Amino acid sequence: MKQTTHPPDHPSAHVRNGAAIAAPPPAPARARRRPASEQWAAWAFLAPVTLYLALFYAYPLYRNLDLSLRDYTVRSFVQGNAPFTGIENYRTVLDDPTFAPALLHTVVFTGVCLLFQYAIGLALAVFFTQHFRLSATLRALFLVPWLLPLIVSASTWSWMLNSDSGIVNAALHAVGIGPVNWLTSPSWSLTSVIIANIWIGVPFNLVVLHSGLQSIPASLYEAAALDGANAWQRFWRITFPLLRPVSAITLLLGLIYTLKVFDIIWIMTKGGPADSSTTFATWSYQLGFGNLLPAFGPGAAVGNLLVVAALVFGLIYLKVQRKQALS
Amino acid sequence: MNRRTGRTWWKTALGLLLTALMLFPVYWMLNVSLTPARDMRKSPPDLFPAHGTLDGYRTVLDEQLPYLGTSLVIGLGTVVLTVALSAPAGYALAKLRPRGGGILNFVLLAAQMIPGIIMAMGFYAIYLQLGLLQSVPGLIVADSTLAVPFGVLIFTAFMSGIPGELLQAAKTDGAGALRTFWSVVLPMSRNAVVTVSLFAFLWSWSDFVFAGTLVNGGAHEPITLGIYHYIGNNNQEWNAIMATAVVASLPAAVILVLAQRYVAAGVTAGAVKD
Repeated sequence: MKQTTHPPDHPSAHVRNGAAIAAPPPAPARARRRPASEQWAAWAFLAPVTLYLALFYAYPLYRNLDLSLRDYTVRSFVQGNAPFTGIENYRTVLDDPTFAPALLHTVVFTGVCLLFQYAIGLALAVFFTQHFRLSATLRALFLVPWLLPLIVSASTWSWMLNSDSGIVNAALHAVGIGPVNWLTSPSWSLTSVIIANIWIGVPFNLVVLHSGLQSIPASLYEAAALDGANAWQRFWRITFPLLRPVSAITLLLGLIYTLKVFDIIWIMTKGGPADSSTTFATWSYQLGFGNLLPAFGPGAAVGNLLVVAALVFGLIYLKVQRKQALS
Repeated sequence: MNRRTGRTWWKTALGLLLTALMLFPVYWMLNVSLTPARDMRKSPPDLFPAHGTLDGYRTVLDEQLPYLGTSLVIGLGTVVLTVALSAPAGYALAKLRPRGGGILNFVLLAAQMIPGIIMAMGFYAIYLQLGLLQSVPGLIVADSTLAVPFGVLIFTAFMSGIPGELLQAAKTDGAGALRTFWSVVLPMSRNAVVTVSLFAFLWSWSDFVFAGTLVNGGAHEPITLGIYHYIGNNNQEWNAIMATAVVASLPAAVILVLAQRYVAAGVTAGAVKD
């Protein structure tokens, strides 16, 4: 695990067991106690980042929690004397007619995106483990969607899915299917943002799963081939089971990062039309910044629900990862 | 060898086809950026920019240069801040065995999981009181939160690989921790510095959430907002919008061509994108 992020000039070595998603916690500090002077030196090096975490992570989070527990108006937001109202904002949010659709859309968006990103990523990863000319170059090109600024991807997809002049509807027309109002019809807007987000997420899955595949010994496949297993059986009996740890990590990370997708949806549909593509992330922003009269309190409350969800899956992720590191 | 290539040509062909399919939106962005305004609403749209125009790019030069400059400054500022914060931290976590280092590691991992909009709201509330809204340094600090946890992670993992004997030798020669870090560890970690810098730059260049909340409407806005305003104004000049998008994609393209190995290393090491 430790050598996983070794110098990038050894591309084959950088993910030994595939699950190199995050550095493991360092060996227990007590393993070899160092002299006090060294402890001072260590914390002197850590002081800037610790201060930074307190100021720029903990404090904004605290401010956000505070926002969600008070009745803020634009005026009290500036003056900072909003009355404490406890969980009132959370109650408002739960009773809001947008709550149920936002929850449903968040679940559908996250689930469908994950499923397709993983399936497509895995299929491509298996394909690219084979040796053929240009294999490495083409695999590198697959990274492009992941590297592009989200606003670039989102605006390109917006134009491609444009009802009247988009290439997608032109292609559908060519095969005899009538125009679809991808972004302006409530029944299609969620599908549209899901398609765009799958496109963006495939490269991450491809790269991580591909490096996971590298760690499956080729001898296993040779043995299976000698025993007469066909390609399909080799995939289901060898590749898939042995890739399970990497798959778990990839999916969990994907889950955490898909939950908080905001840019794509906001740029393409703003959560609309009529909240038909609203998720918790866009709803929170809509409440806080999207209206003329901002509702900072409820906005922060929705955001905090999202934080809790992300942290729950984050803890599961850490647990899975630790288990894998031990085994 | 010849027989082998003979048998795999169809795989290359399939690979080319899949890549073309995957990159079609990128091609389409290029194509639209070159399409003259009068053909923009043509049905069906032209598949090739046969009557291509550079009008869109001329508009970019006229209107978007300040945005691009701001993005460059913010990107470089984020890189400096991120490396300055995360390299020493990585060194301490990897080599100095601080008590409580495990907790710090955990906090850094958890920090990466906080959705960007939540951070943006918190920053907004704080900056409003401090009068830091619509300021470039404020946005640099906010953008750096995208990259600092990742940076610490990369530096820790990389510096763990530096042999302890080397540091011991420096110590024997009388070098203190600071000197060892500056003259031995940091020069040896060049690859990690490059990886972290690339991602810090790319993420701050691409940032839309912080820019949209913290500097929207200000004097200095990054390119992501430049594009967003174009779309928001119901602008129908899609060739200008797509030309801006092409220009905004250049850093990603340059990085992919020049530093692909660092990118792959970064992704597998836990690259996370908001």
